[in-house]
Amino acid sequence: MDFLTLLQVLDTTVRLATPLLFACLAGLVCERAGIFDIGLEGKMLASAFFSAAVAAISGSVWIGLLAGVMASVALAGVHGLASITFRGNQLISGVAINFLASGLTVLIAQDWFGQGGRTPSLSGGARFNEIKLPFADLLSGLPYIGQSYAELFSGHSLLVYVGFLTVPLTWWVIFRTRFGLRLRAAGENPEAVDTAGVNVIRLRYTAIAICGLLCGLAGVYLATGLQAGFVKEMSSGRGFIALAALIFAKWRPWYALFSCLLFGFFQALSFRPDVVKAVTSLDVPGQLLDALPYILTVVILAGFVGKAIPPRAGGEPYVKEN
Amino acid sequence: MTVLPKWADAILIPLLSILISFVISGLVILYLGLNPFEALRLMVTGALGSSYGWGYTLFYTTNFIFTGLCAAIAFHARLFNIGGEGQATLGGLGVALVCLAVPWPHWTLALPAALIGGALFGAAWAFIPAWLQARRGSHIVITTIMFNYIAAALMVYLLVEILKPEGSMDPATRRFGPGAELPLFSDIFGLVGIPFSSSAPANISFFIALLACLLFWLLVWRTRLGYEIRAYGHSETAADYAGISPVRMIIIAMIVSGALAGCMAINSVMATERLVLNSVEGAGFIGLAVALMGRSHPVGVILAALLFGFLYQGGGELALWANIPRELIILIQGLVILFTGALDNMVRMPLERIFLMIRRPGRQGA
Repeated sequence: MDFLTLLQVLDTTVRLATPLLFACLAGLVCERAGIFDIGLEGKMLASAFFSAAVAAISGSVWIGLLAGVMASVALAGVHGLASITFRGNQLISGVAINFLASGLTVLIAQDWFGQGGRTPSLSGGARFNEIKLPFADLLSGLPYIGQSYAELFSGHSLLVYVGFLTVPLTWWVIFRTRFGLRLRAAGENPEAVDTAGVNVIRLRYTAIAICGLLCGLAGVYLATGLQAGFVKEMSSGRGFIALAALIFAKWRPWYALFSCLLFGFFQALSFRPDVVKAVTSLDVPGQLLDALPYILTVVILAGFVGKAIPPRAGGEPYVKEN
Repeated sequence: MTVLPKWADAILIPLLSILISFVISGLVILYLGLNPFEALRLMVTGALGSSYGWGYTLFYTTNFIFTGLCAAIAFHARLFNIGGEGQATLGGLGVALVCLAVPWPHWTLALPAALIGGALFGAAWAFIPAWLQARRGSHIVITTIMFNYIAAALMVYLLVEILKPEGSMDPATRRFGPGAELPLFSDIFGLVGIPFSSSAPANISFFIALLACLLFWLLVWRTRLGYEIRAYGHSETAADYAGISPVRMIIIAMIVSGALAGCMAINSVMATERLVLNSVEGAGFIGLAVALMGRSHPVGVILAALLFGFLYQGGGELALWANIPRELIILIQGLVILFTGALDNMVRMPLERIFLMIRRPGRQGA
């Protein structure tokens, strides 16, 4: 395998890791605050549809982005209502949200566009186009370093860069701010947070809103960056891979970056069976590569490779003492 | 502290929750430009208006009874088995392997063997997450989700690379052969002279599903094991104190759960007479809605499965006659799960207040 092929695979890895990364960080914020969210998938899907649909109608990807994020935050609001206000089962609520999104997107898509549950193809200003970093063309002649710069670092859509910057941002917010400290405390010991006079309910709703925002960006990137338009079920399990990545990362932002890149790499490899065959000289079935993130997560969860301990109060509704 | 009488808890709350789900679904249908009552009429005619419609409705109902029981037994042990989909997928593999293994002379031999095959494969697929939860503390919800995806990938691999007959482009096994053909409703009702559409797939598995409900009831409420499972579900610490092993309960409940999901395949796979990709078609997830709506009781499960069978067939008809995609059912399913499951308290809390007011008249403002 030559260097250029490697760069291509890594380039695809970055593209495919971005939606995982947004969703993974979304889950991180939410679960750190003590709310389990298996509805990442649904929020991502809803956002993908609404961003693509509104971008197609308005011709502006920015209005699309706003619509997508709003849809995702609205679903996050439902999750909050069910799991915080009405103290329902957070897992059941997440499952419900996945179905709501998967049903609604197709129904509305068919009603608005009549194309069998897809949106029209987006082009020009209706999608996030690739950004060429300065000097990319100039440096592309330079072997290795220049090539990497031109192929791997340059030429992604804006949201890819935003996604990677969200990692340090999330780390800073969660581990270096007062809000982050309270958020983590709400996920470990909400009684203590309450005793300190901080409103657990509001804290958790804030976390859920951030989760909605980030899931929204994941969906927007899927439909307007990675692909040019919405097709039904386009999130295709990414929300669950993100959840797997979150556990793999043991609920820490920098680890989340690496686990998302790893799972993105597997996805990229499953697109290039020829590369896998050339490198390993084994006929690895593509399905095995598809399933690898899930298998790895099970192995991690089983505690064979380190131990993944979730936030202690995760999944428990907080009931304030009277 | 139970404020609500038993009937309100078991019947009134689910009914109200379903009502809310249907009102919202009706509003969505209205938004899509169809009169909701017209849509309902189309669905009722399509699903219940002919023996053909009934044949499909009961065919789907059979699937949903099995997956509903699968989720229900796990709920009794306070386990959230979201892996019914994968377990039913593997059950399909088990049934298919049994049906392909020998040229079965008659369905009376093929059916029990296939049932065992499906149940074993489903149970095995549930056993791994169960063991991981019981012994290693891995969260069963996450592992069963992962196992759904692993099952899907495994199935694609097996059907495309191994089980597909030589020269075929279709990712499916070869046909099972005439000995594995189950008697359809038209055959069964034909014996007593009742005419029934012979092109509808409802078959003898429906009665096996009903039998499974009876056995489920006996197991959960009439055996020591069922008592232990329920005790474990109510309070793990109390059960542990009473000498009930949590490890045993998790593993047994999940094995039964997976076996029930696997049994679904006798209906879905044997009716198509070969194993195709995605033979489960989301029935595993519908099982969650069915169990929640049916309050994890077999009678409730049957009723809820019938409702979803109706929705499934009626929704198909709606997609045929009106410009409304089948995904409407997924939306309704989501709403039912949301309102009967996660937003249960939204209905319960006001209802409790009303019952308190009725019970203690005159206390108000005192």
